Amino acid sequence: MASVDILEQAIQETLGQFIHKTEIKFGQLTVYIMPDRLRHIAHTLKEEPDLQFEELLDVCGVDYQEYGLSEWETEKATSKGFERAANRLQKNRVLPPMPARFACVYHLLSVKHNHRVRLKAWLNDDFPMIDSVIGFWPAANWFEREAFDLYGILFNGHPDLRRILTDYGFIGHPFRKDFPLIGNVEMRYDAAMGRVVYEPVSITPRVLVPRVIREDNRYINADLPPKAEEGSNK
Amino acid sequence: MPEIRNYTLNFGPQHPAAHGVLRLVLELDGEVIKRADPHIGLLHRATEKLAESKPYNQSIGYMDRLDYVSMMCNEHGYVLAIEKLLGIEPPVRAQYIRVMFDEITRILNHLLWLGAHALDIGAMTVFLYAFREREDLMDCYEAVSGARMHATYYRPGGVYRDLPATMPQYEKSGWRTEKQIQELNANRQGSLLDFIESFAQRFDGKVDEYETLLTDNRIWKQRTVDVGVVSPERALALGFTGPMLRGSGVAWDLRRKQPYEVYDQLEFDIPVGSNGDCYDRYLVRMAEMRESNRIIKQCVQWLRNNPGSVMLQDHKITPPTRTEMKNDMESLIHHFKLFTEGYHVPEGEVYAAIEHPKGEFGVYLISDGSNKPYRLKIRPPGFSHLAALDEMCRGHLLADVVAILSSQDIVFGEIDR
Repeated sequence: MASVDILEQAIQETLGQFIHKTEIKFGQLTVYIMPDRLRHIAHTLKEEPDLQFEELLDVCGVDYQEYGLSEWETEKATSKGFERAANRLQKNRVLPPMPARFACVYHLLSVKHNHRVRLKAWLNDDFPMIDSVIGFWPAANWFEREAFDLYGILFNGHPDLRRILTDYGFIGHPFRKDFPLIGNVEMRYDAAMGRVVYEPVSITPRVLVPRVIREDNRYINADLPPKAEEGSNK
Repeated sequence: MPEIRNYTLNFGPQHPAAHGVLRLVLELDGEVIKRADPHIGLLHRATEKLAESKPYNQSIGYMDRLDYVSMMCNEHGYVLAIEKLLGIEPPVRAQYIRVMFDEITRILNHLLWLGAHALDIGAMTVFLYAFREREDLMDCYEAVSGARMHATYYRPGGVYRDLPATMPQYEKSGWRTEKQIQELNANRQGSLLDFIESFAQRFDGKVDEYETLLTDNRIWKQRTVDVGVVSPERALALGFTGPMLRGSGVAWDLRRKQPYEVYDQLEFDIPVGSNGDCYDRYLVRMAEMRESNRIIKQCVQWLRNNPGSVMLQDHKITPPTRTEMKNDMESLIHHFKLFTEGYHVPEGEVYAAIEHPKGEFGVYLISDGSNKPYRLKIRPPGFSHLAALDEMCRGHLLADVVAILSSQDIVFGEIDR
């Protein structure tokens, strides 16, 4: 897809000073933007005739806290033997950490030029906040509410930043990596009190399949010789 | 003079026209909508978070449960994202099967939408007619996957198995006479492809039947024409995709514009509306069913003439057959590793989108090289549509809310995730 390269060039030319870098992987263009320049970037992307991204398809948060952490030692396994299977919640860093914990990711589409772009902004770890793009794309409204609800990312200038997917009165941001999968509270109907009560969860979380990062993805190589036909090793 | 205040009405979450669990807080001035505030999330199951906790293939079944009336299309989006990251492409036959089932799913979805939409507006018969045809299509699902709805049929690298040579048949029961069963089984004597072909032959006539009931119906037109009008510019700004966008006159279809699988080799047209009202969206979807039927016919033809493999033979990603596993040590190891640990996906992030019956179904997948997705974001088409409900409803009457809502083709499985 040569059009991605042209698009990358166009974005570099018009927005070069407001972005950290651009990257093409899997034929898709990612632009790492400076969060405090988002409004200007959004305006340009939408209005510039060569770019003209009329449609905002998606806004989502990402929590990179556990990125590149493996729950299972795969390299030095032989020296420890079985231990690696028993002690699986000890996390090993395999990949270098990301520049920040939170990222806000935008997916844009231009119907006119038939191209897409992904914007990625790294946010502050303790106080993730970014400008709202609701003024440029009204579609951002609910997506930003969702990112706020699930990740606690604040959108400056959003007129109605309420929770959207979780329950009324929910506490916490459930898609953060430090939020347990099983949740913090469970609810049941209490016949004596005649109402629904919330209690701390009684289920202990467990991992069925550990998260394993293998250093090499050798088998992904397409030029790998095809496997021997069946019957070779009977 | 006493103070006059707007009346606030709670529509749902238990309301037959709320299409599931939607709580809609409506602010009314008399019968005119001043503000509509949809409260969603009552069906939130944290599918994306659950997917982070299990190997890739174990989440395919969750995808069916997102938009539970177009099951295989959801799977398709997810599987496509994984395939992009892995850099693999399924065999052509698998691609044709996927396309065929995507279109079967599109008809399934539009039939349910049509039935529910008509029922909401007050036409009862269409619902019964639509479900008659849905039954046949769900039989196709059953034949190919064993499940009538939640199929889990697509896999990274192809589809789970080839099309069966026999159709499941109706069995003797106390409810039906011998003769009725024979009639029901009459077109189930051949293979699945025969059955799909016989369906495709008669389906255009069935669409005519629905259209006879509705298209020129005076009441139908009164309820839908000029209701919930969205201009093309507004539709884009609001993030509309699929029939909602095409109903507003924007000729945008991913199957054409950014073709995936074998859509670039098939003949079909993209129906486009002109006014952007509920009636145009209705017409677009009706025409889409005919187009889907056209695609199905082409796929059946191709699949008949081109037997072959439906799954990649790379056993680092796809499991070996049972017989291979029993006879070959290497296959046994592959099988064991695939079903305990799963396959590893190279580090990176990818966005894969398909033309889902409701619009653009996008899957944004981040992998850090492990056996589980690091982050899975599903971009449900209905989410943006429902977000625009407020704007579409303002100034309309209370009864129009139902018409607008159902013309958006809302399903909560995908919106709440």
